[in-house]
Amino acid sequence: MSTPDLLYSEVEEDLRSSVRALLTDRAGPTALLARVETDAPYDLALWKTLAADLGTAGLMVPESLGGHGASTREVAVVMEELGRSVAPVPYLGSAVLATAALLAAGSELLSQLASGSVIGALAVPLSTAPGSAFPDTVSFLDGTLTGRVSTVADASVADLLIVPAVGPDGPGLYSVDASAATVTEAVSLDLTRRVADVTLDSAAAQAICTGSAAAEALESALTTAAGLLASEQTGIAEWALTETVTYLKGRYQFGRPVGGFQSLKHRLANLYTELVNARATARYAADALATGNDVPIAVAVAQARVSPIAVHAAEEAVQLHGGIGMTWEHPAHLYLKRAKSDQIAFGTPGRHRARLADLVDLPA
Amino acid sequence: MTAEELRAQVAAFLAAHDPSSLSAVDFLRARFDAGLAWVHFPEGLGGQGAPRALQGEVEAAFAAAGAPDNNPRRILIGLGMAAPTILAFGTEEQKKRYLRPLWTGEEVWCQLFSEPGAGSDLAALATRAVRDGDDWVVTGQKVWTSSAHLAQWAILVTRTDPDVPKHQGMTYFLCDMTAPGVEVRPLRQITGEAEFNEVFLTEVRIPDSQRIGAVGEGWKVAQTTLMNERVAIGGTAMPREGGMIGLVAKTWRDRPELRTPELRDRLVQHWVEAESLRLAGERQRQQLAVGAPGPEGSAMKVAFAELNQALSGLELELLGEEGLRYEDWTMRRPEQVDFFGRDAGYRYLRAKGNSIEGGTSEVLRNIISERVLGLPSEPRVDKDVAWKDLPR
Repeated sequence: MSTPDLLYSEVEEDLRSSVRALLTDRAGPTALLARVETDAPYDLALWKTLAADLGTAGLMVPESLGGHGASTREVAVVMEELGRSVAPVPYLGSAVLATAALLAAGSELLSQLASGSVIGALAVPLSTAPGSAFPDTVSFLDGTLTGRVSTVADASVADLLIVPAVGPDGPGLYSVDASAATVTEAVSLDLTRRVADVTLDSAAAQAICTGSAAAEALESALTTAAGLLASEQTGIAEWALTETVTYLKGRYQFGRPVGGFQSLKHRLANLYTELVNARATARYAADALATGNDVPIAVAVAQARVSPIAVHAAEEAVQLHGGIGMTWEHPAHLYLKRAKSDQIAFGTPGRHRARLADLVDLPA
Repeated sequence: MTAEELRAQVAAFLAAHDPSSLSAVDFLRARFDAGLAWVHFPEGLGGQGAPRALQGEVEAAFAAAGAPDNNPRRILIGLGMAAPTILAFGTEEQKKRYLRPLWTGEEVWCQLFSEPGAGSDLAALATRAVRDGDDWVVTGQKVWTSSAHLAQWAILVTRTDPDVPKHQGMTYFLCDMTAPGVEVRPLRQITGEAEFNEVFLTEVRIPDSQRIGAVGEGWKVAQTTLMNERVAIGGTAMPREGGMIGLVAKTWRDRPELRTPELRDRLVQHWVEAESLRLAGERQRQQLAVGAPGPEGSAMKVAFAELNQALSGLELELLGEEGLRYEDWTMRRPEQVDFFGRDAGYRYLRAKGNSIEGGTSEVLRNIISERVLGLPSEPRVDKDVAWKDLPR
């Protein structure tokens, strides 16, 4: 096993700075909270700047296919920043999940997603874990798709749906124009990343790939997304810790800053300890996905370890903000909702541990 | 300096010094003199001012050639703590005198810091040093001193001025463990054996030439030692399943009859934590290598202690009936902690020390919250009080 690079390169730090500056400017807590109550919960103007102008949608796409020829390492940095801001943009659905599927399938459609001009969504339930059976809720027949897929991430703003379906020749991945499908947005636990149900009724579809190629492309997309989600989760944990430390330094009770009480200091020290572990583990998954080394173990470890850390950090943020942490006007709840949804996305920690046990030979 | 150049140097050295025809000590002395001991140390002191990250290349090249090593586990205190302190604060004569036999292992070191009344509150220490001509006369008691029964030298912190607040008025020395008045007594522990010692110092004469740093500056010097202690504890690269997790995983694989679903859940959870901690250690080393050491060391020590304790506890449950037995309660004085050559009961009991030695987890959490996160410090009632007036 070659030594993984667990640090951030200068290029990655530059990318982080520009993404962070944009998100700070355009997706502050007040703006986020105001937006989630409107008819347009996604900020598509922000998406356009982030995806197209900053070029983050095509980071892991080769230049020959209209991308930037970077890798999952750079995408992971964007995901960290999106975790820190929970900005309502369809980055996971389009730039990660749908892009990874098209990348694995070698599809021409990739260039549209890479430019950020088209938003894609991969029509699987967000809870689908790597290693799951190929979905069979949609059937392919005579050039059309019929069936239903529930809780698809970012589908309500997608232009293009990538749909796994089973036809007479076995499994396949198909592309469907979103206007040919019925997409019903669900009331989502996560207010800033919504899920929607997709219903297809003889919708015209083009085959992207079929047979084992389709199964492999889907598996690759789920694995990539699960691995990169750990970076978003690291960003959530970092926000929760930073925000809570700031609050506890300024909040006075019993005549002194609450952050001076040892019982609270030690809880924050524990969160810091978890964050140190989360960052290294997420970084390893991003690097493994970039180099192709040790991918299944790196991703399973990342999801088993980092998911619960993000949830714990968000829960502690709510608790340690006291009454304020329970209010709608403080953004802590947005992060808790994201953290808990992320814990279910692409398989729960328990599911990843079960998978890992087989991978590292710890038999039942 | 590149890895290539260093590998070439090692090859040239090996061509000129055949490990099979030289004694281990002669070989190590020559290696030191060639600047291939610790490459990041200065020239003339066993190094050549190369990046610290390249040390791994050098070690690997010597190991591949079957060259003798300097048994680093045995002399961790010397290598990890005494050496960087002497390098930072010692005079040129002191560096020349102590660093070579320290590195070759000819002289073993121990650390006379903790006292019965000064553990986590190290700056409360009471061992007195009084100036007498060219010497200092030292009297007091130290405790938790590993390797004291093997050591020729000790790093020692003493109180030289009781009339100023406790963080002032301390002075740092190198103490000859064979000097008259130094008495080492084994201290029997929870495991039944005495890996630590108590050290009684009764009018021990230490020449002023063995003082490190200025009189009254002992706290500052000790901080350097303690910082390096934490780096040394977390500083070695580990393969996957290195350490306690590998041991328990092996038992799991070898002994199917012991398995239950509940134990498996916990084992896999710890496997994940161990792998995550290993990666955090690797990341910390990479940061150090590019000259940007982070503050993660304290956090990793806390996590390491918790994991080791959880794993060693799990191992005993896994062993079931066998876990009810203990190898041997005979009082012994081992040269080093041996987690892997001993039985599970020993590991469980010895791991209790992981959250106490080298800074308790409670003190480390204070350090993280105050120095890393910038939270307010604990109220200090002792800050401006002369040491002699402190309640004790």
